[in-house]
Amino acid sequence: MFDFGILFPSVLNGLTTGAVYALIALGLTLIYGVLHIINFAHGASLMLALYGVYFLKERLGIDPYLALPIAMAGMFALGYGLQRIVINRAGHGKDENILLATLGISIVMENLALIFFKSDTRNIDTAYSLSTVAIGPAMIAVPKLVSFAGALVVSALLFWIMSRTDLGRAIRAVAKEKEGAKLMGIDVEHVYAMSFGIGLACLGAAACFLLPAYYVNPQVGGGFVLVAFTIVVLGGMGSFVGALVGGFLVGVVESLGGLYLGESLGQIGIFVIFIGVVLFRPEGMFGARA
Amino acid sequence: MNGATSSSGERQLALIVLFVALVACVPFATASGATLNFVMMALYATLIAQSWNILGGFGGQFSFGHALFFGTGAYVQAIAQMQGGVNAWLALPLAIAAAALVGLFVGALSFRYGLKGSYFALVTLAFAEVFRIVALSVPFTGGGVGLMVPLRESAANLQFASRSGYLWVVLAFVTAALLVTWWLRNGRFGAWLQAVRDNEDAARAVGVNPFRVKLAAIGLSGAFMGAAGAFYVQVFQYIDPGIAYGGSTSVEALVAAIVGGMGTLWGPVLGAIVLHVLSDFTRNLFGELPGINMVIYGAVLVLIVIFLPRGIAGIGLSVRQLWAAKGGRHD
Repeated sequence: MFDFGILFPSVLNGLTTGAVYALIALGLTLIYGVLHIINFAHGASLMLALYGVYFLKERLGIDPYLALPIAMAGMFALGYGLQRIVINRAGHGKDENILLATLGISIVMENLALIFFKSDTRNIDTAYSLSTVAIGPAMIAVPKLVSFAGALVVSALLFWIMSRTDLGRAIRAVAKEKEGAKLMGIDVEHVYAMSFGIGLACLGAAACFLLPAYYVNPQVGGGFVLVAFTIVVLGGMGSFVGALVGGFLVGVVESLGGLYLGESLGQIGIFVIFIGVVLFRPEGMFGARA
Repeated sequence: MNGATSSSGERQLALIVLFVALVACVPFATASGATLNFVMMALYATLIAQSWNILGGFGGQFSFGHALFFGTGAYVQAIAQMQGGVNAWLALPLAIAAAALVGLFVGALSFRYGLKGSYFALVTLAFAEVFRIVALSVPFTGGGVGLMVPLRESAANLQFASRSGYLWVVLAFVTAALLVTWWLRNGRFGAWLQAVRDNEDAARAVGVNPFRVKLAAIGLSGAFMGAAGAFYVQVFQYIDPGIAYGGSTSVEALVAAIVGGMGTLWGPVLGAIVLHVLSDFTRNLFGELPGINMVIYGAVLVLIVIFLPRGIAGIGLSVRQLWAAKGGRHD
């Protein structure tokens, strides 16, 4: 049962999936860390990004990996606009209102996709979709390896933006002390919208890495929502390192759960982790208790 | 909101009696299947909205996974009949009790550990997902194929030839839900519940036990949702994991309650009717387009949260307060 030849590929597979999960969770945790809101539309936004990448490939023949800047820019614009036009008006001082507004947005997105793209599951064909490389006893699909490396590069880029640029400094200032940042002349509304935009841009990148080895349909986001929340809560709300570690952890748990419990029952592992963490350790692995 | 005098309480009670009497007479006024169906579905939507309102509106605990209780009621109703040979009328209290128990279980876990706000919402959603996956995987639910309750049309089996029978059954549940809501607005328990919603620490300081109050609320809420699930199975004679534990029932319950006005007696009724009129209208406009209903629900939810956070019932209630809130928003 614990045969290395079976276990190793499964763990490796989990790590590659986990890298993309981490990227998705980074976007969510950035939005939470700065705006202190939970973006329930995160999964639905990822679904839109996947459709975007899909149509870029099918209609314009743009390879998903080359579509990376387009997808990231498009998702950034969507996030910036959503925050400026809809979400910042919905709060009225209560977190629950934002959650409800983003729930409403996700319902609209998912069902518009259902109307326009039908419920068919679609995937793309690339020259490298089915090629694999051997790592020890494991055969890993090339798109999964690329997604692993790509997710790490984009995450590193995000770390760099946050720690080294003026924008990153402004974002961190607003996250820590909104009023103080405002007094220093920082345009808080702009920083909020930038953070939301960057959070969704992570999804644009994730979509480019996911699609060659994955699929898209209108419901695809739903599965990612709870996975991303699980990671973010596990890692500690707002913690970047936590999101990375949590992403890998959840990827591996999902992979091993699928191996030992079967595909459908294996998913339960994630939800059980989520419920357990929220109940017993809501500050996560790397967060401080509020 | 707690300042309702006993005379206004009596007036509300009279209004409930009038509403129920009027709706009960609808089958005598029309034989149109479409009209009866519309009224029945609006009542069903009212029932799930009132259920959500008990916990979300009065208790301030926003559930994103109310399908958890709906699905449990539906499955117990179907399984008790099909595998237990229980009469449908007798299965009904079982379904309601099972849903209430699931509510108590989730509530005991969540409230014991002090879950609030967004965390509570997400945990209820996660529980609903766990139940959906379990329902897909275990044999006695029929897995993904679902359960088809055999057709045995007779009032003794809670299966009616016309919509009128179903209409009266769901009206009975709605009446019970309205009476419970009336009691929440006028009785001591409701005052405790709203006190916990508005300020838990203050409520505790005056001797209210927030854990027990919230637990009772989620049990009550679950019971009504379970009744709605059982009713669904009797009407459509089919249930599968997606219908039972999927997101759309949870969404319908919370949108109707929020659109109408949380924590009010007539808000959920209003919300359910408005949403059903809207869906009928869009159906006439666009035809049977899968998903269009939910687009409307989602858009209405966003618009209400932005422009009318107190729902439709809040318009007449506090135009002045609304203006004040608008002025003070840019803090």
